Amino acid sequence: MNQVPLSHILVVSTALFFIGMYGLFTRRNMITMLMSVELILNSVNINFVAFNRYLYPGKLDGVFFTLFIVAIAAAEAAVAIAIIINLYRNLRSIDVEDAGEMKF
Amino acid sequence: MSGSAVVFYILSFFILVTGLLAVTSRKIFRSAIWLLFSLTGIAGLYFWLQMEFVAAVQIVVYVGGIVVLIIFSIFLTQQAGKDLPAPMRSRVIFSVLAVCAGFALTCLLVLQYVFTPVSPERHGPTVTEAGVPAAGAGVMSVDASVGNIGAQMLSTSEHGYVLPFEVVSILLLAAMIGCIVIAMKPKPEEK
Repeated sequence: MNQVPLSHILVVSTALFFIGMYGLFTRRNMITMLMSVELILNSVNINFVAFNRYLYPGKLDGVFFTLFIVAIAAAEAAVAIAIIINLYRNLRSIDVEDAGEMKF
Repeated sequence: MSGSAVVFYILSFFILVTGLLAVTSRKIFRSAIWLLFSLTGIAGLYFWLQMEFVAAVQIVVYVGGIVVLIIFSIFLTQQAGKDLPAPMRSRVIFSVLAVCAGFALTCLLVLQYVFTPVSPERHGPTVTEAGVPAAGAGVMSVDASVGNIGAQMLSTSEHGYVLPFEVVSILLLAAMIGCIVIAMKPKPEEK
């Protein structure tokens, strides 16, 4: 593990973050946008675990932050999917462009 | 280059390629499956970092929970065989430009910064279990075993995480009730 410098792990998580960002910019389907958000949250988790392992090896704080982020991501995905299913029932579509009723 | 480093580069290549396929695939079901592979690769990265418990949580919650939920909602809301419409050309160009600029800036900052590890000696004795200082306080790495994590998460001492634990449990309860209320079918009007 010590042969790989910390910055390489950070570059990987940065690349994953911006891949999720690209998906969030280009996709117009709500479920695929939710997948992009999951990728972004996972890149943040990689950062927390790597910092804990490399910079603070005597503590466990990064692990706890990762666990809480995973729990919050699960809650967020469940609520988002409930909202998406409700929108589909009302609008027959899950495209963000069609869900313009609450704009303005 | 040692074997461990090779494993790391293979894992990160796998994660990035499957993540890229997950955000660019035109079939939504394939996109969900690529996301599944990417999340499994991240769990492998946690195993590589010797954080076995975090890797297990990643597999159980993400691969076993969230991706299955996403696949169910795809089946409920979408004709699974149909292609997604292609994004607009101008939007793709501007997204790629913005993403590449952000990635280059962040990489520049990360590669310039000098990280200095904080050794446990400078910050007093290592706390391992429920606020009890460890016997070998000068050890370089703490034991990230399940028992250690559980004891520190539920301890009420200075380094305990019992308050966020309770707050997250309330959040999960609220999310569960909220999901039921949002997704509930309205009752047919009684006459």
